[in-house]
Amino acid sequence: MADGTNHGVRPVQGGVHTAQAHDSALRHVTGAAPYVDDLPELPGTLHAAVRLSDKAHARILGMDLSAARATPGVHAVVTYDDVPGELDIGAVLPGDPLLAPDLVEYAGQPVVAVAAETMGAARAAARRVEPFYEPLPAVLTPEEALAQGLFVSPSQTMRRGDAAAALAGAPHRLTGDLRVGGQDHFYLETHIAYVIPGEGGELHVHSSTQHPSEVQHQVARVLGLPMNAVTVECRRMGGAFGGKESQAAHVAAIAALLAHHTRRPVKFRMDRDDDMLMTGKRHDFFVRYDVGFDGEGRILGLEMELAARCGMSPDLSNGVVDRAMFHADNAYFLPDATITGHRCRTNTVSNTAFRGFGGPQGMAAIEHVVDEVARHLGRDALDVRRANLYAAPDRDVTHYGMRVEDADILPELFEELERSSDYRARRREVEAFNAANGILKKGLAFTPVKFGISFTALHLNQAAALVHVYTDGSVQVNHGGTEMGQGIHIKIAQIVAEEFQIDAARLRVTASVTDKVPNAPPSAASTGTDLNGMAALNAARAIKERLTAFMAEHCQVAPEQVVFRDNAVFAGNHALSFAEVAKLAYLNRVPLSATGHYKTPKIHWDPVTQQGRPFFYFAYGVAVTEALVDTLTGEYRFPRCDLLHDCSGSINPAIDLGQVEGAFVQGLGWLTAEELWWDGEGRLRTHAPSTYKIPTSRDLPADFRVRLYDARPNREETVHRSKAVGEPPLMLALSGWLALKDAVAALGGHRHPVHLDAPATPERVLLACEAVRRRG
Amino acid sequence: MSGAVRFVLGGRVVEVRGAEPTTTVLQWLRANGRPGSKEGCAEGDCGACTVVLGELEEAQDGTPRVRYRAVNACILFLPMIDGKLLLTVEDIADEDGALHPVQRALVEEHGSQCGFCTPGFVMALFALLHSGAELDDESIHDGLAGNLCRCTGYRPILDAARRLRTTDAEDRFARADAGIVALLTSVRRDAPLAISAGGNGFQAPRTLGELTAALERHPDATLVAGGTDVGLWVTKQHKALPTLIHLGAVAELHTIVEAEGHLDVGAAVTYADLLPVLERRLPSFATLVRRIGAAQVRNLGTLGGNIANGSPIGDSMPALLALGAVLVLNRGGTRREVPLDAFYLDYRRTELKRGEFVERIRIPLPAPGQVFATWKVSKRRDQDISAVCAAFLLTLDGGTVAGFRTGYGGMAATPTRARTLETALLGEPWSIGTVTAAAAALEHDFQPIGDFRASDRYRALVARNLLIRFFLHSVGEDAYALETAHG
Repeated sequence: MADGTNHGVRPVQGGVHTAQAHDSALRHVTGAAPYVDDLPELPGTLHAAVRLSDKAHARILGMDLSAARATPGVHAVVTYDDVPGELDIGAVLPGDPLLAPDLVEYAGQPVVAVAAETMGAARAAARRVEPFYEPLPAVLTPEEALAQGLFVSPSQTMRRGDAAAALAGAPHRLTGDLRVGGQDHFYLETHIAYVIPGEGGELHVHSSTQHPSEVQHQVARVLGLPMNAVTVECRRMGGAFGGKESQAAHVAAIAALLAHHTRRPVKFRMDRDDDMLMTGKRHDFFVRYDVGFDGEGRILGLEMELAARCGMSPDLSNGVVDRAMFHADNAYFLPDATITGHRCRTNTVSNTAFRGFGGPQGMAAIEHVVDEVARHLGRDALDVRRANLYAAPDRDVTHYGMRVEDADILPELFEELERSSDYRARRREVEAFNAANGILKKGLAFTPVKFGISFTALHLNQAAALVHVYTDGSVQVNHGGTEMGQGIHIKIAQIVAEEFQIDAARLRVTASVTDKVPNAPPSAASTGTDLNGMAALNAARAIKERLTAFMAEHCQVAPEQVVFRDNAVFAGNHALSFAEVAKLAYLNRVPLSATGHYKTPKIHWDPVTQQGRPFFYFAYGVAVTEALVDTLTGEYRFPRCDLLHDCSGSINPAIDLGQVEGAFVQGLGWLTAEELWWDGEGRLRTHAPSTYKIPTSRDLPADFRVRLYDARPNREETVHRSKAVGEPPLMLALSGWLALKDAVAALGGHRHPVHLDAPATPERVLLACEAVRRRG
Repeated sequence: MSGAVRFVLGGRVVEVRGAEPTTTVLQWLRANGRPGSKEGCAEGDCGACTVVLGELEEAQDGTPRVRYRAVNACILFLPMIDGKLLLTVEDIADEDGALHPVQRALVEEHGSQCGFCTPGFVMALFALLHSGAELDDESIHDGLAGNLCRCTGYRPILDAARRLRTTDAEDRFARADAGIVALLTSVRRDAPLAISAGGNGFQAPRTLGELTAALERHPDATLVAGGTDVGLWVTKQHKALPTLIHLGAVAELHTIVEAEGHLDVGAAVTYADLLPVLERRLPSFATLVRRIGAAQVRNLGTLGGNIANGSPIGDSMPALLALGAVLVLNRGGTRREVPLDAFYLDYRRTELKRGEFVERIRIPLPAPGQVFATWKVSKRRDQDISAVCAAFLLTLDGGTVAGFRTGYGGMAATPTRARTLETALLGEPWSIGTVTAAAAALEHDFQPIGDFRASDRYRALVARNLLIRFFLHSVGEDAYALETAHG
């Protein structure tokens, strides 16, 4: 080093492709990782609560706010009339009033907001609001909306070839329908925002959000402020899963409105029930299909309609339904297909982003179809799936015109998992078990995932980062991504550490703040690391280039002779620690801060023809799940599950394994016990963990074998050739749902069709069993 | 305002004055500089608020030691921890910052993602480690069933728990046991706790005499034992409870008498304390009780509370109905006995008179030759509420039914016997034919409702099929039960 020793030269700790602990792990386990509600409250902080509509559709004739206003400790009781700026906070299209004006359009819609000195007082005051409603007819299901032609946005169709002709000429043909349930995000931390007024009308907003820029935009809009007056900060979320993409703005803007009227800091932490009643969920879908196929089960023609319950407004539903349509092929070549997506308007909460963003529902539909085809032909569904896989050169273009350029990955994954899961032998064991058991039945299902990576809204496929090197050689990284548990900060620290060739411990990734990195897209669509990692890499490279040029000049060597390696910088015969270089560069007036920007290449989309290349690349995985069903009660277990997910080039295999396992179990919850139940008045009655059942530890498969596939680095130039992993493995859980169906079918010796909608609650499984029993 | 709640927080004695009696432990912690414990649901169903209570107990040799139990701070009223040790996630690392073994295991196994549930898991694992349980997968699941994680899918958390098997379980709390015993002994009261604040009162009598006296003064008081139901009246239903009488300190209500043919259980005995006895004497019921709530709920919740609150979906009642349990009710020291099947009058209405309370529960044990079983069916195996819960007690004379008692939950406004079914089978040969035929009688016994837990049709089907399952069980065909085949 500067003193001539090499003490500081040692391999980089925490570079890319290594398993690092989550950057907050130590703080998580000691309770020292603050979430918004854990921040110290400023003196004078008020607490917010909302009064939600208990009518699904009604005119508001009037409201008595006197009792609420008279509640001790109450400082403000506001309605839509108190909004100084724009009332509508629709994320893409209008339709979401901050507070309901003269009409409520779902049970759970906020009508009045209250600020009071304590949360108890605020909630008590909100309960004392007395609204007077004139009920209107409510449309509650996608089927009803479809029948009545009620949509939040026009239906769209993707076409390849001539599906009608292919169907007419197909040797086999099946038609049917399917219902795929929605899902509550059930992030453990409910929605929260803490708004602190500053000078000159400025607001600092602590928000639990995947999209600080959107919160900034909506808060500014609602208050009629320029965006430069609003700063939004998110250090971490206690889970999000898509639920804090557009929805967080609603919560923050209500708090901001109350802060505006009281000129006090206002915190709005939703209780679990209000959170589940007021904010959007995964869309449930009603699916109709008509499929034609050959004797091998190869699909020849498919017509499919995907009708989503969007709720009362568009929110992000266009993107969600589009993505369902994009994934109506899953991994299968559809030579002639017509896929239509309906965006049904219902008097229920406006559904929103949820991990997979419509992809899971589209995949559930096609996996159901393929399963039906296999059952119709009496063939093992694995063989039918394999026969339908995309394959170059003639069977590799999707129904939206995108070539699947690495179609050979899936056959590799199929072969590998079929072997390692011992699929064929276990199929025989399952058959033997079912022959010997009258009441308990086993099922087995093998399903693939092919999931498109990129936002389908083109402009969102960009990101920025801001990197500072300080004179002690420590580095601060800011980027537009947000931390919701997915470990984006440690991954980006690893990327920057690798670039500078310094230990990741020398880096600090800060909270996501709109005044450091503006105009960032949401952390969503699995793109967080792809986009922000590249942006941070570009920022680091900009600094590194300056340091390289400086060192070359300073040491009188060619720039190629300046090498960053092993926590040091080598320039010809000189070796300096990174800190020494930073200090030296500073003294020589070299700027040590840089921004980086990245935009995803290659993608394009024509909304008129519904053709293009919406995805930069695809992510792949395969799963085999075994189910054991009690046909007396419909209860079940999953004795074993094998997952093989393509995480080639992983920045952090430990984090990525966590994403695969966590997504799978969340998907299994969606498809099994997580049931959203509305009563006849359109009121959601499952709005807390006492009634809405996400998986517990005993629900994961008893024998759970998860492996990351590492043989196929990304063919596209992603950051270190890694692959996005946040959403795709959720859909591996479709194997669990179809294994249950397989077990039910075994009750009738696989002679009868089985209908099993999702979620496959014990009740649905038992009723499916009864239907099979009735056929003998 | 009078009286103070006194407990040991971490290592120091804390006195709290002026807190409303229905302030929850979680609210108090978060308002007093300890934001580590989180609110995820405020109804004791997610475990993010899990903290550990330490209490004195006697070891087998009679020496005092500390017993640690995980509880949900979100539904636990602050005065209920009077005299106890309260540990939160902030307390368990060493003073030099070295992580506790459970914290270290979670970090090394990548057991946290968003981290919001993590403090709860840390404390649940801490309690599990101190429970002395074999850390096999069954006990790990039992210890974690009350903690929801939405990110990890649990595998790394389970691996962290498994890692504790090989870790030296002795942490600084085990090493400091004598000191903690001394501290807890020092905060023992010599008079019952009575506090009032904000116009609300809370008292914790320590003897049956003090309890009956308190109830005579306040016949309309709300009795609270573990608070796993009453807590929600405050956090979810926003009820005012002006006078609370806590049963947790009444010594006589904590006893379990194991007699020849029956168990005699005090009304304030927690499920956790009852379980070891049931495992010895009535294992089928123990299996069901292990599925009531989760560890945090069973550590506070009581059989007496479950019975007295009279929910139609209380999971202990079907078994008690089938077994012919008898309640000892007490009013001002005057006792009367009421069979459980005469206790429920209508939805959440019971025989209890004003000022009367459930003192004991007498549970007849199945006689040799009798067959007993009870099952609950719910959407999720753990920490769920039954769609249907059923229990059966069969007495055979030769091959003929000499006695048949049932209990059903989830089928009517109260837990109840299926009397038509019982009558239909009496004197019949015990065969699949007669059982299947008699099952039709259930249609006379019940007209179940449909709601978010189950449709009426499903409830009716399951009620019938559990009877079929019981027949199979009675003839030794246990391989037909999912629990037997898989756990």
